[in-house]
Amino acid sequence: MSGVWSWLVEPGFFSTPTVQVAALAGGVVAFTSGVVGLFTVMRRQSFAGEALGDVGATGGSGAFLVSINPLWGFLGAALVAAGFIEATGTRRAKSQDLATGIVLGTALGIAALFLYFDTTHSSTTGASITVLFGSLFVIDTSIVPAIVGLSAAVLGAVLLLYRPLLLATLSPDLAQARGIRVRLVGAAYLVAMAVSVSLAALTIGAVLATALLIGPPATALQFVKRPGLAALVAGGIGVLATWLGILLAYDSYYWPPVEHGWPVSFLIVALVFVFYLLASGLTVARRRRGVARHDGPALQVTGEQA
Amino acid sequence: MSLRERPLADPAEAVLDVEGISVWLSGREVLHDVSFSIRPGEFTGLIGSNGAGKTTILRVILGLQATSTGRVLVAGGRRSRRNPLIGYVPQKVLFDPDVPVRARDVVALGLDGHRLGVPVFARRRRAVLVEEMLDAVDATRFADQRVGNLSGGEQQRVLIAHALISRPKLLLLDEPLANLDIRSEQEVVTLLARIATEQRIAVLLSAHDMNPLLAAMDRIVYIAAGRAASGTTEEVVRPEVLSRLYGHHVDVLHVHDRVIVVAGAEAAGPEVPVLLHGSVVSLTDPSSAVSNVTS
Repeated sequence: MSGVWSWLVEPGFFSTPTVQVAALAGGVVAFTSGVVGLFTVMRRQSFAGEALGDVGATGGSGAFLVSINPLWGFLGAALVAAGFIEATGTRRAKSQDLATGIVLGTALGIAALFLYFDTTHSSTTGASITVLFGSLFVIDTSIVPAIVGLSAAVLGAVLLLYRPLLLATLSPDLAQARGIRVRLVGAAYLVAMAVSVSLAALTIGAVLATALLIGPPATALQFVKRPGLAALVAGGIGVLATWLGILLAYDSYYWPPVEHGWPVSFLIVALVFVFYLLASGLTVARRRRGVARHDGPALQVTGEQA
Repeated sequence: MSLRERPLADPAEAVLDVEGISVWLSGREVLHDVSFSIRPGEFTGLIGSNGAGKTTILRVILGLQATSTGRVLVAGGRRSRRNPLIGYVPQKVLFDPDVPVRARDVVALGLDGHRLGVPVFARRRRAVLVEEMLDAVDATRFADQRVGNLSGGEQQRVLIAHALISRPKLLLLDEPLANLDIRSEQEVVTLLARIATEQRIAVLLSAHDMNPLLAAMDRIVYIAAGRAASGTTEEVVRPEVLSRLYGHHVDVLHVHDRVIVVAGAEAAGPEVPVLLHGSVVSLTDPSSAVSNVTS
């Protein structure tokens, strides 16, 4: 038994400071992303989430140039992007499609320029990897309190807005009739999402941040029926993927091909995807059995909805 | 026409008074001097073709749309944003099957969806109220299913419960019968008529077809060309009243308990009579019946 344990968990895993910081920061950020992401998925704002991450990359790479922690770069740029999205209106997505595409392309172009300067002039090697693909194992311990504080603020905002946000997400018309300021609630949520994506950009990278925002909620939606529980399960799946990813990354030091460790961001994103596939497979199997059992009503329901 | 035999309430205690409202939207007067009132326990149909201004009237009552003239009194007071006296079921609310929200959760949001924070206190009382409301609309059977997986008629029941749980005096429903099959249509109408009678709630329901409502309606508000006529069905659905409303001659046909409103040939142009209201599906030979009367 202890043989299996030591094979799975390398000796010294839990006592390594790098692992401890990564587990704390990564876990907190993953939970926040999952909770926030549930609403992103329900509100069909995945694209906005991706945009926040892409623009965040510009800020993160700029932060390296002026030697401040990339978190502040991610955060500043994502908040500006959130303001832009709110101003143009996410609802008229079609008419804004072109503008968004051009702005995102330009943002990533500027990120590429900054990263070029980072690597050539200021000799900050690894800036590209850190900004685009995360830095869970090289997180500056001095930034950990900020990570925890920002996560708590985001979770607090979601908790405070929970009911109006849920109703506005279900149906803006129902929410408006209850006197809820739908636009204001939406804007507040967008800010929470921008902060959450910035934090995820720091841990697993600007490009991969959306995976942590969308993947765990999409998985939770497959089998949870209640909104509050779905948020908690989504957060839990994110934490599980992150912690398992850290464990595997630690183990992977002896893996082929290079025997130099696999990137933790890849492992986390891969686990998120595996969890999603598992949940989808189980749902399909269960639905197939359900349809076989209740053939009549299932047909009737589709008929009435058509 | 089998109208329900029920003594109407005293006019003095009207729960809704719409007094001469006019509404301009993007340079066009969509409502002109519209007046009507509704009393507790009355089931009123707000009838008009698509684009006649039904939704605009409901939005005015809800306080979401400004008027250029006239005023709206709800239970004697001026309307305001989030009026707890009004329950509202918007049109075309379609829940997403992916959304992890049960029918029960939607009803609970009707109770306190506008409040901040998460419900911590009085959870049991909240659950009891939700259970009672689900029972009142016969939705207990599917209360724990995802709301997006329910049929159109079942979703309407959930929406009605959502609107009713805050104990309004006036219930507004915008085209709740659209996209329902005939059986669900009748179930929803019967349910609303029962709620109006038992809970003394004034129900105002908009529809483009009056026929599903004929048996249940106490009063009708008919809108055409931005103007409205109100009263009992017998008073309003007559050629002289509707012709004045439309501004040209129309005929009212009664066929097998159904009402069909058609425009005369001179109003619609030289070619064919135009069906203004109702549907001809229940007629054995619709084309001959319509042309006979209008020729």
